[in-house]
Amino acid sequence: MNKCGLRNDIPQIYEVSRVEKEGKDLFTVFLKGQFLCKPGQFVMVWLPRVDEKPMAVSYLGKDEFGFTFHTLGTFTQECSKVKKGDKIGIRGPYGNWFSQEKNSVIVGGGVGLSSVSTLIDGMKATVIHGARDKDHLLYTKRFKDMIICTDDGSAGTKGFVTLALEEVLEKKRTKKVYCCGPEIMMKKVLELCNKYHVDCEASLERYMKCGFGVCGACMIDDKVVCKEGPIFSSKELNTMKEFGEYARIKTGRKVTLQEYSAWRG
Amino acid sequence: MLSTTLCGMKLRNPTILASGILGVTKESAAKVGRMGAGAVTLKSLCHEERKGNPNPTMFGRKGQFLNAVGLPGQGIDNAIDDFKKLNDLDVPVIGSIFGYTIEQFGEVAKKMASLKPAMIEVDISCPHMEYSKPFYADEDSIEKITKMVKKNSGKIPVSIKLSPNVHNIADLARAAEKAGADCITAINTASAMKINIETGKPILANRIGGLSGPALRPIAVRCVYEIYEKVKIPIIGTGGVTTGEDAIEMIMAGAAAVGVGTAFYYNGLEAMKKITSEMEAWMKKHKVKTLSEIRGKAHE
Repeated sequence: MNKCGLRNDIPQIYEVSRVEKEGKDLFTVFLKGQFLCKPGQFVMVWLPRVDEKPMAVSYLGKDEFGFTFHTLGTFTQECSKVKKGDKIGIRGPYGNWFSQEKNSVIVGGGVGLSSVSTLIDGMKATVIHGARDKDHLLYTKRFKDMIICTDDGSAGTKGFVTLALEEVLEKKRTKKVYCCGPEIMMKKVLELCNKYHVDCEASLERYMKCGFGVCGACMIDDKVVCKEGPIFSSKELNTMKEFGEYARIKTGRKVTLQEYSAWRG
Repeated sequence: MLSTTLCGMKLRNPTILASGILGVTKESAAKVGRMGAGAVTLKSLCHEERKGNPNPTMFGRKGQFLNAVGLPGQGIDNAIDDFKKLNDLDVPVIGSIFGYTIEQFGEVAKKMASLKPAMIEVDISCPHMEYSKPFYADEDSIEKITKMVKKNSGKIPVSIKLSPNVHNIADLARAAEKAGADCITAINTASAMKINIETGKPILANRIGGLSGPALRPIAVRCVYEIYEKVKIPIIGTGGVTTGEDAIEMIMAGAAAVGVGTAFYYNGLEAMKKITSEMEAWMKKHKVKTLSEIRGKAHE
């Protein structure tokens, strides 16, 4: 356990308790022990001799916690192969957290649902989950009341989460929209929130190294995503020139979001 | 009270953001300026785009910080497109450069100079670069690189950043001065390692990295002290400074200005304001009016 939820900036070793297949190419690694953090915070996961990457904490239990990922690159492939008893390094928790207001809507696009999952655990809210098809849906047993949208219509409503969100915003007085997913989706969610005068909080992703705000790899405009974020409010998002447009790759070069997504896999 | 001049640069205070902390983007450099830095140094750039090392590239704990980032960077050509110019911010910007060959140092210096930074800092000392020959430990290489960079930088002052991983740092500083350097930045990180005993693996993917933070500071103070005895050009004293008292000590060792890096890990974006306000408080208490009154005091 991380004492009193204090941040550790040097990897602490945890033992893998189990690995669950959550969907097609989607896995959760569970680690033994209690970990204290707030909804929306993340950790740096170290697989010795492989790499270290930021991961949202997607399960917070009394004696275990977990992180969920889509197997896209070498690191996530290797994460999906870990076995019970393997040792993994964790440092953190890092970043800010969601505000947790009542009468809210939570939107999770793809594996982005994992960043809002402990938020859903802790509050009553309307949850919208979008995925490309039924095989890529997450946590359907864990959260039974989700409004489901798929790109191909193989489950729930056919279409993007924004369609479902607009329907909810039309019908229900909403205090806040929390979201995490592809940045294009979050940009559309923000635009809808602006239209309906509802506050939005979005969890952003940028390439990270340190996690504690010193290396400058994850800048968006003049904000350090790992420390001043990853969660930003409507007020901040609306003034960001790079949100939904540009990101920086590992070398520090600024590229369009499409190029960035292609590089991320 | 804290204002000072360094190679013609007017600084409102002697704190300079060290290379490698934030400084990847112009926006972050401007932000550190707004948060009170006297000047800011950008992350080092070379002739090509570099990915750097895999993660983990850094970690910290009380008193010490290790990194082996491996000099990632977009390369000077992309930086020219990205930054356009470096003399339009409210804070003086120092461009940090490196190359794999002496010629490349010249090529990158020329391109960096076109962005009009307030100073060019030459990183010959990164402890985790695959130089075929360790430039940082060789007087002859340092002379050649200094001359090459000076030739390509026009009137922009040049500072040579030295490594503590040598036995004769003052002689190396003297070689840079003889070759025309305007300033010395001392020091870079000290070569170091950390092994996780639960897994038996070094934590840094590169295995070996560089130590910074308070643990490095006595080494930096000693290096600045030794260099001050041998050269006349100003020294940017860098290494583990996190408090005003640390900065005063560095200046008493002979530093003209104080590089600040890992303090941003300990104190976040308030790092500079903490140092400068503590410096002022100390100076008032000790009735010191200007930094020149105490500069090099330890040599008296």
